[in-house]
Amino acid sequence: MNFNTLVASGLGLVALTALALTFERPPVLTEQTGYRGLSIGKVANKRQVEALLAAQTVPEPQPKAEAGGKKASEAYQNVKVLGDLTENEFNRVMAAITEWVAPDQGCAYCHGDSGNFAEDKLYTKTVARRMLQMTRHINQDWSKHVGETGVTCYTCHRGNPVPKNIWFTNPGAPQAGGNAALRHGQNAPAPGVGYTSLPSDPFSTYLNGEEPIRVVAQTALPEGHISSTQATEGIYGLMIHQSQALGVNCTFCHNARNFSSWDQSTPQRTTAWHGQRMLRDLNKAYLDPLQSTYPENRLGETGDAPKANCTTCHQGVNKPLAGVSMLKDYPELAKQP
Amino acid sequence: MATYQNIFTQVQVRGPLETGVGLPAGDWTREGKGSYSKLAGKIGNAQIGPIYLGATGLASIMTGALAIMIMGFNMLAQVNWNPIQFVRQLFWLSLDPPSPKYGLGIPPLAEGGWYFIAGFFLTLSILLWWVRTYRRAIALGLGTHVAWAFAAAIWLYLVLGFFRPLLMGSWSEAVPFGIFPHLDWTAAFSIRYGNLFYNPFHMLSIAFLYGSVLLFAMHAATILSVGRYGGEREIEQITDRGTASERAALFWRWTMGFNATMESIHRWAWWFAVLCPIVGGIGILLTGTVVDNWYLWAVKHGVAPQYPTALPPLPDPALSQ
Repeated sequence: MNFNTLVASGLGLVALTALALTFERPPVLTEQTGYRGLSIGKVANKRQVEALLAAQTVPEPQPKAEAGGKKASEAYQNVKVLGDLTENEFNRVMAAITEWVAPDQGCAYCHGDSGNFAEDKLYTKTVARRMLQMTRHINQDWSKHVGETGVTCYTCHRGNPVPKNIWFTNPGAPQAGGNAALRHGQNAPAPGVGYTSLPSDPFSTYLNGEEPIRVVAQTALPEGHISSTQATEGIYGLMIHQSQALGVNCTFCHNARNFSSWDQSTPQRTTAWHGQRMLRDLNKAYLDPLQSTYPENRLGETGDAPKANCTTCHQGVNKPLAGVSMLKDYPELAKQP
Repeated sequence: MATYQNIFTQVQVRGPLETGVGLPAGDWTREGKGSYSKLAGKIGNAQIGPIYLGATGLASIMTGALAIMIMGFNMLAQVNWNPIQFVRQLFWLSLDPPSPKYGLGIPPLAEGGWYFIAGFFLTLSILLWWVRTYRRAIALGLGTHVAWAFAAAIWLYLVLGFFRPLLMGSWSEAVPFGIFPHLDWTAAFSIRYGNLFYNPFHMLSIAFLYGSVLLFAMHAATILSVGRYGGEREIEQITDRGTASERAALFWRWTMGFNATMESIHRWAWWFAVLCPIVGGIGILLTGTVVDNWYLWAVKHGVAPQYPTALPPLPDPALSQ
């Protein structure tokens, strides 16, 4: 092999490897959802979407509870959340929760082995009780985000005692410290923000904090609106997370020519906006305060409680469980406590 | 035909090395005697060196190396001195400007101080290199066109890292020193200011950028196509127009009615190239200082059209809270 052929084939090999590692196999389909010419829509690889949708399986509903009977609060001791249900409804919901959350561990996962189902010895029971309150709160008060579809335990848990997509405060990788320049929680390939170099923990800032999620000026000329490019990067990271969690592009919600204008956005953006507020509410009022309840092995690196972001429910599809409402089979989970 | 070097020449000539014209009194001597490279000969002149370093060249390389070292060692510290992680994360790592809370003040070393020091030496290095291109051109009896073209790029660099942050009253507006981070910064910058594509100076900059590419392709194609008549010896063709030049000119007059000359095409190219960073720099300088949202600016001045929406838009939910 002469020199020229060697150089050419070497370069060719590098180019082919880069190509194979960079792109996904076509066909990629574009679904137009906005006015023509504006590129508003979804761009998706059909094979990936099909695999993802096939994974959104919903368990068969439990057999209907027989009507009538005593109230659960009268039939059992120490029922603090679902006491307004009848005994039969209560048992049906308990059976469903076991199937959704602890299918392998069974009742004992929360109730222990003592045979006394009323005792509160295990932290799992305390957490489960709070989660039931949270589920009812979501279905009652956050219909602007969850609509009539609502949520059940299964929306997040999917048969796992601990939902797979939770987040903890990210302290960042260890760095030398001292007088060396800090990383400021960015510039690392973080999976939460699509392996970009954007701030890798937008969740603590925006979904468990009150940092405003808008930076773009609303006037053509400067009129006192202060917002830095650095703040924009933080929000950019959050947007990448939302996009990944829902398996959609920016243009699912935004008209990319002016991200901030509501009068050119799709209605989905409003749903997402309420979702951000819902997560702030849930993380602050329900998930973060459970920190003292959990044993150490359930806590994050900085000792914080597991929390929720968009992926916790959505898991790659813009409608969790492909839009199937499990709530309609369990209206008890939407009742006013 | 004389043997000369271009990309299609398979024969590489070997002879006494070209030492160059004599240097003026007071200049340093050129380093080394030069050598031949077969590989270099395939894409250009086979002779490598001798190189003229000079005081400004040496100072530029030293300050530039210092800037790169400061960036590199800070990045290495960010991965806790782990060389493997340094290589793996190199494209993500960055030496960042200070946070907005420091305004135009001096931040601690760990929070932007090193950024200043690296930026200072990098700027010094670039400016010294500019002086070098200027002085070497004079020493050779050339015009200073290269130096002024380089100055156009330096203008954009200084706008991004110095003039605009100064006008905005915050060093945090400067661009991070990192490969992916500076790209993320660019995207975030455009979004923050309502889409830079509606900035007319950005539009002009793109026009000159793509225009440069087009001109470069047209010119290169023209000269290569008349290479068989010695057309790539452009300087001779300027003073003594031969059949290559005639045919090239005729081709463009036939195809588009107008032709640049052997000389003017280089002025076209030079101006297209330098106007790209010059107008780009103006566009960046106006962003945030004079215009806060380029899209709304474009609507105000009738640049951006309105389109119907496919679904009825909903109001800003924050207003109904």
